[in-house]
Amino acid sequence: MFSRFNLKAWLLLLPALSFLIAFTHWPTLKTIWRSFTWAKSDVAPSQFVGVENYQILVDDPIFWKVIENNFWYALGTVPTSIALAIIMALWVNSKIHCTSLLRLAFFTPTILPMITVANIWLFFYSPNIGLFNQLLGLVGIEGPNWLGDPDIALSSLMVMTVWKEAGFFMIFYLAALQTLSPDLFDAAKLEGASTWRIFRKITFPLLMPTTLFVLINAILNAFKLVDHLFILTKGGPNNESNLLLYYIYETAFSFLDSYYAATLTVVMLATLALIALVQIFVLDRRIHYR
Amino acid sequence: MLKVEGISRRYGDLTVVDKLSFTVNEGEFVALLGPSGCGKSTSLKMIAGLEMPDEGAIELDGRDITQLSPGERKLAMVFQSYALFPHLKVEENIIFGLQARKVSKDEQKRRLDSVVELVGLGDHLQKKPGQLSGGQCQRVALARAIVAQAKLCLMDEPLSNLDAKLRNEMRTEIRALQQRLGMSVIYVTHDQVEAMSMADRIVLMNDGKIEQIDVPKALYNNPQTIFTAQFIGSPPMNIIGSGKNRLGIRPEHIEISDKGMPANVVSCDYHGADTIVLADVGAAGEDQKLVKIRYPGHAMFEAQQRLLIRWDSGNEHRFPN
Repeated sequence: MFSRFNLKAWLLLLPALSFLIAFTHWPTLKTIWRSFTWAKSDVAPSQFVGVENYQILVDDPIFWKVIENNFWYALGTVPTSIALAIIMALWVNSKIHCTSLLRLAFFTPTILPMITVANIWLFFYSPNIGLFNQLLGLVGIEGPNWLGDPDIALSSLMVMTVWKEAGFFMIFYLAALQTLSPDLFDAAKLEGASTWRIFRKITFPLLMPTTLFVLINAILNAFKLVDHLFILTKGGPNNESNLLLYYIYETAFSFLDSYYAATLTVVMLATLALIALVQIFVLDRRIHYR
Repeated sequence: MLKVEGISRRYGDLTVVDKLSFTVNEGEFVALLGPSGCGKSTSLKMIAGLEMPDEGAIELDGRDITQLSPGERKLAMVFQSYALFPHLKVEENIIFGLQARKVSKDEQKRRLDSVVELVGLGDHLQKKPGQLSGGQCQRVALARAIVAQAKLCLMDEPLSNLDAKLRNEMRTEIRALQQRLGMSVIYVTHDQVEAMSMADRIVLMNDGKIEQIDVPKALYNNPQTIFTAQFIGSPPMNIIGSGKNRLGIRPEHIEISDKGMPANVVSCDYHGADTIVLADVGAAGEDQKLVKIRYPGHAMFEAQQRLLIRWDSGNEHRFPN
């Protein structure tokens, strides 16, 4: 049925929908198509090659390396930044002095562009003149090469990411905390519940909708945010700190292999879609919404 | 049992509660009554331990509890907003405190069963508060307070979010429960009808201070101050004259008669069982002096109609200052 009402509704949706299709859905479809094609050079016509690109991908050790890196990167940054965000939110939500200053302090990393953050941390992490190693030098310890040592380069990136993300997530938790009625906490206190019990039984469950939202965003960010790699490590040394999206960028614009880059992109899109679906359908049922 | 001795609470220059003292006896229902902003809720919070008094002491069963945390006082409280935990089932809400206080599982079950029967929540134990009506939420809050078997139960305007009919029902029910279980209750309300009909004794507060502490009947028959006289009773007591000759007479004690004081009708307000007649008793040419008269039944007097009113001198009230 295409009634007049429907037509009007579609017309109203049209502007947003055309942008969405032009810049999201159409490129997505083109990317998927491209991942099944190949061409000898930029000028040669591309031809359909089936799953050949995917076979290359399965045999590509760097692909598996960046997947592994991304896994550890997500695991290292997401829970830590969420936990920190909750702690900071609870802190600045309490009745202490100077809460607005604290809130501002916690939020500052968020308002900085990732490139700026990376440049600041580049100064922290530099081997000889860097802040960390100078401080360590004061107490007589020779600091490591934070970004150059293959064993710790990825961890160094994680620390910076947590620093950047926690303040952003804190804002969501703070907003959620302020919608909770203080009566609930008064009631729980009167019933003799300890601070930890109140957090575990009341505060945390009531923050679950926020946690789900933040969790999805944090995981997506773990895949999406790679600006700092351009400044800090460029994925090195020897791909030890390389992440999927940066690898896609390298493949497409440094190695100029847009067909293989499309293949990698499809894998990344599928992974993210799967994560979002699992989170929404599995966690959703266990969360109380008001 | 509970002894409140001269507690005060100040916010900056503003004194919200000023040297409040009263006692609650075992099994007694005491209402803290007063207009909004008189400091009654703050007083209750100080007893609960949610606010600290700036001075004074609170004693429970001879033990000084002024410095104890809310949990250590082992009191129960019913909040105006009910303060039910929205993510927990009714059952979990009721036994939340028992779990926190590490009461044994068997004991939890036993107490839950008995309290559920008392307040009639049997069918709703597995529901979340969001699925319940206002009245049912009220019962859950009540059950949570009863199940604790606390020495003293605090209630902060527990009925003010209910509609009028339900409020009347719950009033009777809470009072019946309190008497049956022998609970000691402090009940904060701004509704004089609630206080008068439920309480053994009323602590009437105004502007952070106590106006009068008395049983409901004495508060009505023997008000010590003009504030008390005008706060208790509806419509409020008429105050006629000024200075030493000032006297109070309740609208229900004024009769329309064939002799007595002349009065000109201003308006009539019909309430069903009676009519409230507003009349001017000022002499001709003087300022208006309005009195309200409660006239039984239906009477529609014309404006400016001249009436004669009288009352028994035994019903007159005099105030010391």
